Amino acid sequence: MTDITPEQAGSGSSHSATELVRKSLARRNRKQRVLQGFGIAAIFFALSMLVILIGSLISTGYPAFTQTHVELEVYVDPDEVNPDNLSRGSYDEMIAVSMGAYFPGVDMTDRTAAREVTQILSSGAQLLLRERVIADPSLIGQTVNIKVPASDNFDQLNKGLVKRDTPERLRRVDDAAIERFDTLNEAGIISTPLNTRLVTNADSRFPELAGLKGAIIGSFWALLTCFVISFPIGIGAAIYLEEFAPKNRLSDIIEININNLAAVPSVVFGLLALAVFLGWFGMPRSAPLVGGITLALMTLPTIIIATRAALKAVPPSIREAALGVGASKQQVVFHHVLPLAMPGILTGTIIGLAQALGETAPLLLIGMNAFITSAPSGPFDSATALPTQIFIWADSPERGFVSRTSAAILVLLTFLISMNAIAIYLRQKFERKW
Amino acid sequence: MSFNKLSVSALALMAVSATAAAARDEIRVVGSSTVFPYSQAAAEQFGNVSDFPAPIVESTGTGGGMQIFCGGIGEAFSDLTGASRAMKASEYELCVSNGVTDITEVQIGSDGLSIAVSRDSEFNWDLTKTQLYLGLAAEVMVDGAMVANPYMKWSDIDASLPDAAILAYGPPPTSGTRDAFVELAIVEGCLEIPEIEAKGDDWAEENCARLRSDGPFIEAGENDNLIVQRLQSDANALGIFGYSFLFENQDTLKAVDIGGVTPSFDTIESGDYGISRPLFFYVKNAHRGVIPGLQEFIEEYTSEEAMGPGGYLSERGMVPLGDAKRATMQGNAANAVSMPAK
Repeated sequence: MTDITPEQAGSGSSHSATELVRKSLARRNRKQRVLQGFGIAAIFFALSMLVILIGSLISTGYPAFTQTHVELEVYVDPDEVNPDNLSRGSYDEMIAVSMGAYFPGVDMTDRTAAREVTQILSSGAQLLLRERVIADPSLIGQTVNIKVPASDNFDQLNKGLVKRDTPERLRRVDDAAIERFDTLNEAGIISTPLNTRLVTNADSRFPELAGLKGAIIGSFWALLTCFVISFPIGIGAAIYLEEFAPKNRLSDIIEININNLAAVPSVVFGLLALAVFLGWFGMPRSAPLVGGITLALMTLPTIIIATRAALKAVPPSIREAALGVGASKQQVVFHHVLPLAMPGILTGTIIGLAQALGETAPLLLIGMNAFITSAPSGPFDSATALPTQIFIWADSPERGFVSRTSAAILVLLTFLISMNAIAIYLRQKFERKW
Repeated sequence: MSFNKLSVSALALMAVSATAAAARDEIRVVGSSTVFPYSQAAAEQFGNVSDFPAPIVESTGTGGGMQIFCGGIGEAFSDLTGASRAMKASEYELCVSNGVTDITEVQIGSDGLSIAVSRDSEFNWDLTKTQLYLGLAAEVMVDGAMVANPYMKWSDIDASLPDAAILAYGPPPTSGTRDAFVELAIVEGCLEIPEIEAKGDDWAEENCARLRSDGPFIEAGENDNLIVQRLQSDANALGIFGYSFLFENQDTLKAVDIGGVTPSFDTIESGDYGISRPLFFYVKNAHRGVIPGLQEFIEEYTSEEAMGPGGYLSERGMVPLGDAKRATMQGNAANAVSMPAK
């Protein structure tokens, strides 16, 4: 037995292999820990960015969800209103008179003095009174209790965004104005209720009157148009490509191009819409319909890709069984494959629409960033959309729009999150595992 | 085959919607982002006091507005355009070539371009136009030759200036504010240097008008609020924007005096403040009487309550015209006086 037996050689080499593994084990474990560490750090980083983003939006945006109001008893003076032409009454005079009651020392017939007092109120106050009287002419000769918004400067003061300890000459409201505001506050007529105007009013140049109604309705019409166009076309294209198209060079090229189209920057679609829809077809500027068609072009590839994936996920056994009992190919698709693929298709569509809802660039190019003080009554009326409204507000010099911009972003995010939640719900509820 | 059907139906849909683009019953205003807040104010006021719908106002920039306005006569083209400079000859030609020959030019007031710093800055800022040129132009004259701007601190230019790095945030080249700043501050400041004055205006236009791109001048986009925010985080950075933004943010910003003059409504109106510019709107007279309410809207826009002293446009930061000039402009606007050919 002079030769070394194979077993011995084996055990020797296995011994050294174990040794090798043992030595490298610590190093490999360390590498794995480092990798995990990086992963956790990446998640932590992403989450903290999200928290910072949402946190800063909420901290700057929350003041916009309330609005300082002044509650007034206004006598609707029959001498100041002509019952035949209610929209032309001197409603500002009536409001000035009722404000004057709180300031016995001020001569309200002096225009400048009266203006200093009434500037606490939004210039929309007289319009609110006018609306009330037009809606109910029997109020003439009676005393109306009306809650009107305070103007932006005093709203900011009341919320502490204009600081009282800033030196007077640097402040937008001077000491005398603050004193007047405090007089009203002591009289108990100042309140800060929920700012419902943020969603019930259309845009205005006065922050205290500006709201998102026009933008929300505009976005609704644009998304509806987008859905009506992109959903059937997208599904049709996907069914053809997935179920009927011959596998050849041409269909490969089409497939590659659809994938490329999904990555085209959205501003390109805006330029296309500007040249084709507005330029050649002469469609109206700023109309949600045109916005919707443009967004549909953008959403199409997303829907086609999602639909094809959903169709692919339906097992071939279902198709074969249906074909086996004599169904035609068209019957197979519409009776069996498409219903089973629907949850996936809907998820993809909703995510595509959510993307379209947040899209700004193409809408800017077709003029959906206009200043419009009334909500659209149909898809042909000029309108803004939520993201373009944010864009306009972000660019406005008035202080009140700073918080309103953040508030509008929060509203947009709420819509996006709820759309995505619907998509997740549909997937969980209807998706079938094979 | 399916594709054919799809494209046909898509085209049909487009055609239907194109014909459905109904007649327009609201006025459309485009133009300069500087005039935008004033058009906005006039539009909202008009919507409230008249029985016509409020005009739709879009901010497209002066040049972009001219392109739309001069596109032709008819409902697809805007009725008014705002401008932060007078219409150029080339734009007038574009208008004429598209049949827009009868235009009224109305100056509504002036806008002071302000240069501002944060209130936290411990220096008293007072610059001349020449110092602005030396600080911000791409090339400056040193010993009779144009060289790349060597100055990094204001005190390098003149020992009396603050010992702070040159840093200014301003609008991008597409902006009318930028055009006005370059023309009124940089080029004029350049021409105040005797050697350059000797070479003439054209030479100066060509050689002084470029702003530096090596860091001290930063293009901050069209959003003036963004510039305001950046100034708050950097005490000695200058920001360049319309006077209305300084006016609205006086609690956090202070003005940089130009040649010893602080911008205010008085100094801008009188012209003592060196960098102010006229604001205009242009009316397409062929649309008067066709688009409902256009004549009334123009009267509202030029009324004393709007463009007069203490009017709602001046509340938003516009500097009103002097009495005589204002009366002329109001007359021109109401009577559709055509501007002379350029």
